[in-house]
Amino acid sequence: MTYMHIGKNFVPPDVAGKVTGRIKYAEDYSKEGMVYARLLTSPVPHARVVSIDASEALAMDGVFGLLTADDVYPDGETASVGLKILTNEPTLVGEPILALAAVDEKTAESAITKIAVTFERLPFVLDPLDSLTEGGPDAYSGGNTFVFRQGFASEKWSVDQVASFRAGNEPNAEPQQTFAYGDLEKSFAESSFVYESTFTTAGYPHHSMEPRSAMAYWENGKLYLHGTSQSLTALADGMASIVGVPPEDFVFINQATGGGFGQRARANSIPSMAIPAKLSQKINRPVMMRITREEEFTIGGARQGFQGWIKVGFKPDGVMAAADLFIVSDNGGKGGGADAFSAADAISILYQTEAVRFRGTSIGSNTGHRGAQRGPGQNQIAPIISPILDRAAAELGIDRLEIRKINTPQNGDVGGPQRTPFTSAYMPEALEMGAEMFNYSERIQRSRQRKGTKVTGIGVGQGYHNAGRSGMDGIVRLMADGRLQVHNGVGNLGTYSFASTSRAAAEVLQIPWERVDIVTGRTDRHLPITSPQDGSNSIFTNTRTNYGAAQDLLSKMKEITAMDLGGDMSDYEVGGERIFKISDQDVGMSFAEIAQRGVELGGKFTGESELPEELNDFTKLSVSRLAGQALMGIFHDSRHSNNPPGFTATFTEIELDTETGKYEIIDMVTIGDCGTVVHPQGLKNQLVGGAVWGIGLSGYERHLYDPQNGLPASTGYWQSKVPTMLDTPAKIKTGWVDLPDPENPVGARGIGEPAMGGVSAALTAAISDAMDGHIFNSAPITADMIINQAAGVSSDAIPLAQNNFRG
Amino acid sequence: MKLNLTRRRFIKGVIASGAAATSTSLWYAANGASRPPGAVERLVRLNVNGQTRTVDVAPQETLASTLRYKLGLTGTKLGCNRGECGACTVVVDDIGTYACSVLTHSVKGSKVETVEGLESANGELHPVQQAFVEELSPQCGYCTPGQIMSAVALLRANPNPTREEARWGLSGNICRCGSYDSYLDGVMRAAEIG
Ligand code: FES
Ligand code: FES
Repeated sequence: MTYMHIGKNFVPPDVAGKVTGRIKYAEDYSKEGMVYARLLTSPVPHARVVSIDASEALAMDGVFGLLTADDVYPDGETASVGLKILTNEPTLVGEPILALAAVDEKTAESAITKIAVTFERLPFVLDPLDSLTEGGPDAYSGGNTFVFRQGFASEKWSVDQVASFRAGNEPNAEPQQTFAYGDLEKSFAESSFVYESTFTTAGYPHHSMEPRSAMAYWENGKLYLHGTSQSLTALADGMASIVGVPPEDFVFINQATGGGFGQRARANSIPSMAIPAKLSQKINRPVMMRITREEEFTIGGARQGFQGWIKVGFKPDGVMAAADLFIVSDNGGKGGGADAFSAADAISILYQTEAVRFRGTSIGSNTGHRGAQRGPGQNQIAPIISPILDRAAAELGIDRLEIRKINTPQNGDVGGPQRTPFTSAYMPEALEMGAEMFNYSERIQRSRQRKGTKVTGIGVGQGYHNAGRSGMDGIVRLMADGRLQVHNGVGNLGTYSFASTSRAAAEVLQIPWERVDIVTGRTDRHLPITSPQDGSNSIFTNTRTNYGAAQDLLSKMKEITAMDLGGDMSDYEVGGERIFKISDQDVGMSFAEIAQRGVELGGKFTGESELPEELNDFTKLSVSRLAGQALMGIFHDSRHSNNPPGFTATFTEIELDTETGKYEIIDMVTIGDCGTVVHPQGLKNQLVGGAVWGIGLSGYERHLYDPQNGLPASTGYWQSKVPTMLDTPAKIKTGWVDLPDPENPVGARGIGEPAMGGVSAALTAAISDAMDGHIFNSAPITADMIINQAAGVSSDAIPLAQNNFRG
Repeated sequence: MKLNLTRRRFIKGVIASGAAATSTSLWYAANGASRPPGAVERLVRLNVNGQTRTVDVAPQETLASTLRYKLGLTGTKLGCNRGECGACTVVVDDIGTYACSVLTHSVKGSKVETVEGLESANGELHPVQQAFVEELSPQCGYCTPGQIMSAVALLRANPNPTREEARWGLSGNICRCGSYDSYLDGVMRAAEIG
């Protein structure tokens, strides 16, 4: 298929602002009369606020007011998971207790030191297995776990059960969640190689580069909130209800977002933005709340850590016959997260396992609050399973790439507990392409070659995440000058998907890109609702909506032309910014002429009547505010069927120094299967960005807490060890399969999350290869673990430890 | 690995300033809107982007605070405000410098350049900016001004760096989006078109 826009690079409209510093993030705004909020946060990991005496602070010059949990929850806080705006029962260090507004931040900070908060300290726990042990402390006052529709509960195993798990055995306790398909027993019986072990993956913070600062003011009864988000309208929709303001009185302004990675997709993951909104309402002044790096660490979200047990069986021909998993996932200080289920689901999909059983239990700890982080679950399991495949390949005498090909998902396959078919799947092509670019057949010969203390490791990895949703809305308009306006509710978090998805509309109208304006950045520009932009779904979801809206517009344009020039709609075609008669191309109307006629005609042409049924309320409001002004295309997307997957295949060579535990990534090739490529440079950025995250998962990133006081020790970039340019290769080679997905009008599916898993799987496999095939059963594998292993010392002082060093 | 001149001088510069910010309270203290009672107003003349700007600067105010909150130059970002990330990088006397970790009073006689000062008078982008657009180096863009200023400083000291030298030159700038590869592509292109 030859496209005008799809598959071509373009300059997204926000890039100039990014390189000149002109684009504005929330903290870059100011407003006349603006005052500053600072937070008083919990100094302890678990407590109850007994009393707050702020009289001295409130009497100080320059102090304007205070906001507490009692103000924002006059009927009391609900017993639910997730961060609250403010709380009287903090369950992690740094959780916001109150906010104070003053003329400047220094005054606010000084005033906060005068506030006397009396805390009743409560028992705390850092490691979920300690809490799971009978008699162990619970992270929340209602228990250590949250059961859907039932509330908080306490889940306990006997001392022996936990000790046995820590000692490396299969847990024999009842799980909270489970799924299974296939005949597990039979599949294990047919296996000639079975691997069984416990494993851990660390939790770690998102650490988006932009702290979640926000500024709010009220004007004529309307709330204006400058904030940060990875999904503009979806987040705004939820934020209005968190603040308690009717959607029609809420304007969310968010031109650019300094990274999201899962924790800015939904309003309930960023309730702190309600603080300046509510404080501003209370004191009747604009309020800016700047968030520090430490605060961002605390309220900015974290990946769930796993303490797990896995057993995998392979048949003599290399087929993965059975996988059995029991995962205790760390729900952190505020509950939440379903990563473990997704981990088992990913194994089922990526390796087409004949029989899978998943058992999972989620337990809280008084550590960073958990929620979705780039490939939640799928990516934690990627580095755990990959070296197991290599061990199986070695035991069965099969090449490491070959065993992946034997088990690869492909077109026509199904996956997961519901045995859901893929919309399309081109993993075999991705593996093939990567192997060629990497020169796998020659490279694999270098595996485990030694030069002094340096050893070469070769790794192959695969990544998966489901990558597409539907059921959202689209709005486009043709203006009187013939320009196309694409109203796009997609957030601007750095993927450029707000722009690339708009190109689907331009494609339908065959209009040059310079003649297209993307209307976005603030909700009073009247935008359609989108899905929350998590789950790598934007490119799939919003090319569907924009394509559909443009189709609606095109059909109206043809109707108008046929009305004025005679004949039937089907006699007309689009091209050269005109609608013309197929039989006589000189007969036609320009886009500008049609747009003007549309306004004259009004009614359905300008959004005043005949709106699509099932249009979401958010979109209805936007359409009603735009109605009558221009010729409009409006679309409500139906639901697609089946699972649109995003897949990656990665190949890497490392040189590992057994004396230092450090390794250099010599080469890395990563290939995406995400349907038709919409925006090559944007896709390349997702692949290399995901690679850096995969390197962090495999080698560096983890929570560290002081076991005595529960204080976080990794609040900054360096301690939590976000990879730098020197931890990553100087060049990451990328490629893509570029075959269309039938459930998307331009053939596209998402890629952001699997881009990380494939790299982590490959890198961990390469480390294991360089260490003579030793399986660490851990993510990350840090330098100290490598040195210990090389010296023949186990690094497991506290087996399966979570939120701390592994020994 | 040979440490290039820019980086070595940069490290020295930060240490010599004696202002490595270690606590968050410094940020707020540094905003400087309220002076200690009785203190003399500290009017300072700064050379920023080729212009002399006169500004009231508190004794402990950081350059990042002055630029962002006094001079309205919000292109300089604060990612950590404690010398970890490089989002605040500006160029001081041709050396890439963390503006969050330098006191404004210490750059009184210096030439300070921020991302806002790179475009030419007729609005033409600086070669580094142009190259970053062409290579689509930024993702979320929050680290971009810092990456650009580090690249500007690097290319002044070493107009034709190898990719490896560029990697070291920009290694003080964290990008959580992981766009390192695209930033390096941008630096290499800037060296070509510069
Ligand atoms: S803000 Fe200055 S180094 Fe991070
Ligand atoms: S582009 Fe987002 S932090 Fe670098």
